[in-house]
Amino acid sequence: MAYSDKVIDHYSNPKNVGTLDKASKTVGTGLVGAPECGDVMRLQIQVDEATGIITDAKFKTFGCGSAIASSSLATEWLKGKSVDEAVKIDNMDLVEELNLPPVKIHCSVLAEDAIKSAINDYRKKNGLEELVFEERIH
Amino acid sequence: MLKLPIYLDHNATTPMDPRVLEAMIPYFTENFGNAASRNHSFGWHAEEAVDYAREQVAKLIGADPKEIIFTSGATEGDNLAIKGVYEMYASKGNHIITCTTEHKAVLDTCKHLEKLGAEVTYLEVQPDGLVDLKALEAAMRPTTILVTIMYANNEIGVVQPVKEISAIAKKHGALFFTDGVQAVGKIPVDVNADGIDIMAFTAHKMYGPKGVGALYVRRKNPRVKVTAQMDGGGHERGMRSGTLNVPGIVGFGKAAEIARTDMAADTERISKLRDKLENALKQIDESYVNGNPAHRLPHVSNISFKYVEGEGLMMGFNKDIALSSGSACTSASLEPSYVLKALGLGDDLAHSSLRFGLGRYTTEEQIDFTIKAVTDTVLKLREMSPLWEMFKEGVDIDSIQWAHH
Repeated sequence: MAYSDKVIDHYSNPKNVGTLDKASKTVGTGLVGAPECGDVMRLQIQVDEATGIITDAKFKTFGCGSAIASSSLATEWLKGKSVDEAVKIDNMDLVEELNLPPVKIHCSVLAEDAIKSAINDYRKKNGLEELVFEERIH
Repeated sequence: MLKLPIYLDHNATTPMDPRVLEAMIPYFTENFGNAASRNHSFGWHAEEAVDYAREQVAKLIGADPKEIIFTSGATEGDNLAIKGVYEMYASKGNHIITCTTEHKAVLDTCKHLEKLGAEVTYLEVQPDGLVDLKALEAAMRPTTILVTIMYANNEIGVVQPVKEISAIAKKHGALFFTDGVQAVGKIPVDVNADGIDIMAFTAHKMYGPKGVGALYVRRKNPRVKVTAQMDGGGHERGMRSGTLNVPGIVGFGKAAEIARTDMAADTERISKLRDKLENALKQIDESYVNGNPAHRLPHVSNISFKYVEGEGLMMGFNKDIALSSGSACTSASLEPSYVLKALGLGDDLAHSSLRFGLGRYTTEEQIDFTIKAVTDTVLKLREMSPLWEMFKEGVDIDSIQWAHH
């Protein structure tokens, strides 16, 4: 299967690989996927408490090129957004931007889940109610 | 000068040897006759060429030329052997024994027969990929008509104890069929010494053309028969109807001859390169060789690089190196290799595996390039892997409650 140029670019030059301090109150961490499914994504956001703006985002991903590209692109999109805006990132936007084929849509779903999970982790740490998202079948 | 891309997927198929192509060419144009045309010279020439190829192929496996049935390939051979025995020996019983690491052409044929009333035992293999002979012995029944165990595995290259398996089958009055696709032409296979009753193999895995294979069917001690699965002109002693693929068969014959004459030299050279590759890649932390290293094809190495995913790994170099992975990230099921799972490997290790299949034209320069490319990519992806980070921090990854998708 051929990869799109954008997937290859993110794979070759991934943006924002790294680790934020998961113990910090201003950091939200989402860890999704499972090793036996061949995909594990960890996505972290650093939030400015005063403005609610995501000032930094980092990822580490175990998975195929499309999973790496989805998480790399997600971190790019997260930076500069408010937490409320970030919730709205839809996996289909990632699919479109990266030209993911149907068999790779689950990679984008995982990235969306990682974003939401990171946001909920941040909310929980800050005494906010966790958001409830629609269950979906992957 | 290193020419890219490098082909290291010789278990999937092999390039055709130019000597094979040369032998085939006249049989497309000048000598185009139908080998079954008995009454003119075009037919005689074709038949003569087929007879000669039959001798070449038979010689490679120590068989009599009359015991070679030409087919379209090993999938057809597997089907013909298993279904053909099931039908032919129906009055003797309906039990078949196979193992979980067989090729799909065998497993799915067995499943098909189960629907028709066959009873099939799927033996588990040991963690090194070999069949447990005691388990085989214990699985034998009075109604067992066939034991079908592959000679060598396509994913991990382990070579089964074929002599011992055939002896157990014989002792219990069952026939022994082996899918010899990966072994024939690569390691010495002798149907008599190995006690093989039926064997399927194919030309394109031994530098011959695609679309032609053979089924060895024993004629003496015992005389074996299989019920034809295609009706027609009664070619190939009535077991496989259909006009013979003369150019393909000529090419298969030449490929078999070259395999026989060059095997010792090829094996010596290729196994050295394989060992060099494997020893270098074993230097990477948390890398594991899959399959019994002492009972293995000389040109295959299957290695899991823990904490990186196989398809992602291949993407790091697949424009330069062609090989295959046990990860099935592209499949809708997301299931990794059933062969690696049958060895008892966790899904994480199965997802992290690469299969290197070296061949006749593999060079040391290509291996050096591959060692560097694979090593660099594993290290790069581990820097990106959350699992590697957890492993380094001493987190027990198995203790985490993963959300399953």
